[in-house]
Amino acid sequence: MAGKIGESEQSAKYVGKAVNRVDGHSKVTGAATYAAEHKIDDLVYAALIQSTIAKGTITKMDTSEAERLPGVKVIITPFNAPRLSSKSTPSGRSLLLLQDKQVQHDRQNIGLVIADTWESASHAASLVKVSYKQTEPQVEIEKHATYEKLKSTTSEIGKQISAAGHKRGDFSQAFASGAHKVDQIYSTPMESHNPMEPFAVIASWEGEHLTLYDTTQAVFATRKTVAEHFDIPESHVRIISPFVGGGFGSKLSTWSHVILAAMAARKVNLPVKLVLSRAQMYGPVGFRPKTIQRILLAADKNGKLTAIRHDNINETSHFEDYVEASTHTTSRMYACPNLITSQNQVALDIGTPTWMRAPGEAPGSFALESAMDELAYELGLDPIELRVRNYPEKDPESGLPWSSNSLRECYKVGAEKFGWHKRNPEPKSMRAGKDLLGWGMAAATYPTYRMAANAQVTILPSGEALVQAGSQDIGTGTYTIMSQVAADTLGLPIEKIKFELGDSTLPRTPLSGGSMTAASVGSAVQLACQTALNSLIKTAIADQVSPLYQAKAESIVARDEGLYLSSDSKKGERLTDIIKRNKLKQVVGKAESKPGNEDEKYSMHSYGAIFAEVKIDSDLVRPKLTRMVGAYGAGKILNLKTARNQMFGGMTFGIGMALMEHTLIDPKLGRIMNADLAEYHLPVNLDVPNLDVIFIDEHDPHINPLGAKGIGEISITGVAAAIANAVYHATGKRIRDLPITIDKIM
Amino acid sequence: MHPFKYGKTVDLKEAINQLGSQPKANLIAGGTTLVDLLRLNVVTANHLIDINQLPIANIEIFEAKSSPEIGARIGALARNTDVAMHKQIIKNYPLISQAILSGASPQLRNMATVGGNVMQRTRCAYFRDTAVPCNKREPGSGCPAIGGLNRSHAILGTSESCIAVHASDMCVALVALDAQVLLSGPQGERKVALVDFYLLPGNHPEKENLLKPGEIIVQVELPHSPFAKHSHYLKVRDRESFSFALVSAACALEIKNGKIVDARIALGGVATKPWRALDAEKLLLGQSPSEGLFAKAGEVSILGAKPQKSNAFKVELTKRTVKRALLAAVGE
Ligand SMILES: Cc1cc2nc3c(=O)[nH]c(=O)nc-3n(C[C@H](O)[C@H](O)[C@H](O)COP(=O)(O)OP(=O)(O)OC[C@H]3O[C@@H](n4cnc5c(N)ncnc54)[C@H](O)[C@@H]3O)c2cc1C
Ligand code: SF4
Repeated sequence: MAGKIGESEQSAKYVGKAVNRVDGHSKVTGAATYAAEHKIDDLVYAALIQSTIAKGTITKMDTSEAERLPGVKVIITPFNAPRLSSKSTPSGRSLLLLQDKQVQHDRQNIGLVIADTWESASHAASLVKVSYKQTEPQVEIEKHATYEKLKSTTSEIGKQISAAGHKRGDFSQAFASGAHKVDQIYSTPMESHNPMEPFAVIASWEGEHLTLYDTTQAVFATRKTVAEHFDIPESHVRIISPFVGGGFGSKLSTWSHVILAAMAARKVNLPVKLVLSRAQMYGPVGFRPKTIQRILLAADKNGKLTAIRHDNINETSHFEDYVEASTHTTSRMYACPNLITSQNQVALDIGTPTWMRAPGEAPGSFALESAMDELAYELGLDPIELRVRNYPEKDPESGLPWSSNSLRECYKVGAEKFGWHKRNPEPKSMRAGKDLLGWGMAAATYPTYRMAANAQVTILPSGEALVQAGSQDIGTGTYTIMSQVAADTLGLPIEKIKFELGDSTLPRTPLSGGSMTAASVGSAVQLACQTALNSLIKTAIADQVSPLYQAKAESIVARDEGLYLSSDSKKGERLTDIIKRNKLKQVVGKAESKPGNEDEKYSMHSYGAIFAEVKIDSDLVRPKLTRMVGAYGAGKILNLKTARNQMFGGMTFGIGMALMEHTLIDPKLGRIMNADLAEYHLPVNLDVPNLDVIFIDEHDPHINPLGAKGIGEISITGVAAAIANAVYHATGKRIRDLPITIDKIM
Repeated sequence: MHPFKYGKTVDLKEAINQLGSQPKANLIAGGTTLVDLLRLNVVTANHLIDINQLPIANIEIFEAKSSPEIGARIGALARNTDVAMHKQIIKNYPLISQAILSGASPQLRNMATVGGNVMQRTRCAYFRDTAVPCNKREPGSGCPAIGGLNRSHAILGTSESCIAVHASDMCVALVALDAQVLLSGPQGERKVALVDFYLLPGNHPEKENLLKPGEIIVQVELPHSPFAKHSHYLKVRDRESFSFALVSAACALEIKNGKIVDARIALGGVATKPWRALDAEKLLLGQSPSEGLFAKAGEVSILGAKPQKSNAFKVELTKRTVKRALLAAVGE
């Protein structure tokens, strides 16, 4: 039987190693084609017209001056836009597609200009004069969900999504009789994804067939959405997306501009390219919503949690319900018999929020892990000790055993690496020179997801293999990891693997979200490779000339570009010899790999512990992060290099979340006022200290054939709380409202 | 972006002529402010006059013996990086070097010129967005920053019509050191103290400086400085690098026999123009440096501040920044 990764470490030449990115060269040389870079004949350019108000009705769009510009082909507005089939989309989005004249949020797409050049299109777009009947927008969640209201009750605020809440035991009674308590409100701001590559699409029709070169985290969902809006079969739509310059969740959905580009291409009967500017991405392509969270904790005198309550309110748009599931992990993070959580929403005149790296977990862990720190001080207990005392031996919500859980190991290893034992817990007690020094920590968790995925492997007479899966590589290293899995399974050097993805005509795979691509697609690639090998093995053992003639299939392994007896490494032959002798054109293996009922038997999650050090000047009070250590139990780490890369990215994301990220909306105008990277602050190099990432050696036989848990999202989870806890330790100031800026500490 | 005509000139007179004779002509130097604003349609030009080849990029340093009045002349086209890295500037005017290096990014500083830096526009988000009102951009349309998002706005030199900050770091150091700008225009040359070159917004925030139609900044002149030993530029901002100042202070002291005989305190990030805190300077004269004294200077430097809802923290932060910059200037 062909090698199974994880079972035979010997066969794993690539998996688990720090393998260079197979697409690295093409990326640094510019050979990698991102959506907007595909060379298409007869291309014309579209530029979006976006609303400059947040609420109202468009009464007129004067396009006369714009139309007179040379090169302008057509201007599509709500007054002349083709009618579309208005079906709900698979991603649950309800898109605003020029089908009416309502303006529901700032920077809503309200038209587009198509012209010979991008310059003419964008100039013309700026000349279109839009008249509105304006209404005062409501953009402040605080007006509808005040802290006072939240303190008295949560059920009256906004719309409660009860299905998204958890309840066990009797919270009220347990809280009332708790010996030590915390009752606080935490909030996190609106944040924007800001992937390096902007949203971009090229739409090209041939009759009733549409090809879209799109930057997306979900080629198959995009295909479905587009097909439904144009009332054509999915088979008539092809999505091509070989490279994606980051998405962080924003590119999981098919947003309105994709449909509008296709609409425009159909109208002018030419391929149309549409690229959003940085500013145009603040509104119509999602963001992380502001959350207001109340947490109540009670513990007995030994620090055992007796009651947990976590209520979350998030902002959403008027045309879609988006739930930022901040309370989700709270129900199973700590052993506690009495718990209640709720998810609530307030609809505002803003675009629809969407998933952003660890949606729910990132803001939720800020609140919960800050509250745990507060409880540790309340109890006079070390925050790690408090967490260890409340470690759940099994999933407290479902009662299922963990498939694996290295959380305590993470605390231990992380604390050792950080030097936690040298911490004096007293706030303001530690110094680095004249600066205040603060050490804080937090726990993190993220579920292990997996979905059905397909892959196809073609072993060629040359001895090379073409491996294909629809999928996406959003910068995480999918090309590389899949090539590693294929190379190890087939026993080929990685140079002989060609991996193709990012195309809806390739085998169906899930979206790249929820940190599940490695596990889902990787399992399918492995199975497809095994299927192809099995067919070659069959050929070999039936072939009288083969040294493997009449050998048992189970006794044959793939290695060194051939098939050999596991008991006798000399007995066997090269794949190319089998193929040549049997005059095979190629050997194909197709497979679907899907989860079984393991989630009925096990509770499956990654865990981590994050340690942060800040230095704070006592006058100027800006926290400077000087060190961070993260220890993670995330199953089998398929590629140490890309994995560390992911962790660095996520931790850096967390630094931004903790200290600077904040999308600012003018309260009266309802307009986002920091829609560029000079004013929307992300960490720069100097803000990111040495980051230390430790992966616990974790073997989980239950989760999936590769034993891999996701890492993309746990990497941001808990970071903001660790930093906030460090700031408290340094200054004695508990900042419960992100980001932690000078004005809040002063 | 609206289309425009683009031309280079190697002759100052020609540049002045072209600039003075067309209402929508604009000079372009490094382009780091201008191109941004053109793309945002905040500035619309029909003619860009590229002045990068004018022979006004020199940095000259003079000895006190041969040139008692002028210590340095910095051409308007000298790149920010070249000024900041100039050995004699670092030696004689370290404050300027520090201020420049605290701003923007290396790439921007490599392009940015001294003239362009003096002329950079405010970072007020409303000013930079044509979708919203702004008195500075569209006189009379209103000031949404007042009562809106104003965390980064000014607390000094403001008016009912505008509270926008002048965002330059370099110019804060320049006004501290009594820099003058040499202007050349259709009516000839004139010299103005940089601190007077800028106008307070008053009822006309659209009028930002004394530049007359057709006038070009040719160079910046600095007197000899007795402050090289005791000066410090301290910038406080929301991240470690590459962001504008929430508060900055350019502080310089001349100390003789343990007493402060001359003092300069200029503020950035808090005022509608590079700001001299003259009363705070006076308070230091004749005194011995001490933390208590410097704290008092910090208090006085911000007298008369008019904070808004979200920028009130700047009052306290400015006091502390001034104190710390003064302490740093005396090596603490
Ligand atoms: C992202 C970003 C961050 C920045 N951060 C900082 C910061 O932290 N601190 C800081 O101080 N600055 C910062 N800046 C601003 C930067 O310093 C200025 O953009 C730069 O100094 C402008 O110089 P320039 O030569 O590029 O000007 P240009 O863009 O060429 O010109 C700016 C204006 O000056 C006029 N002009 C140019 N030369 C002359 C002249 N000789 N006479 C008369 N008028 C002239 C032009 O017509 C134009 O109106 C930042 C800029 C950006 C884009
Ligand atoms: S502060 Fe000045 S620049 Fe800003 S909006 Fe008001 S008037 Fe315009």
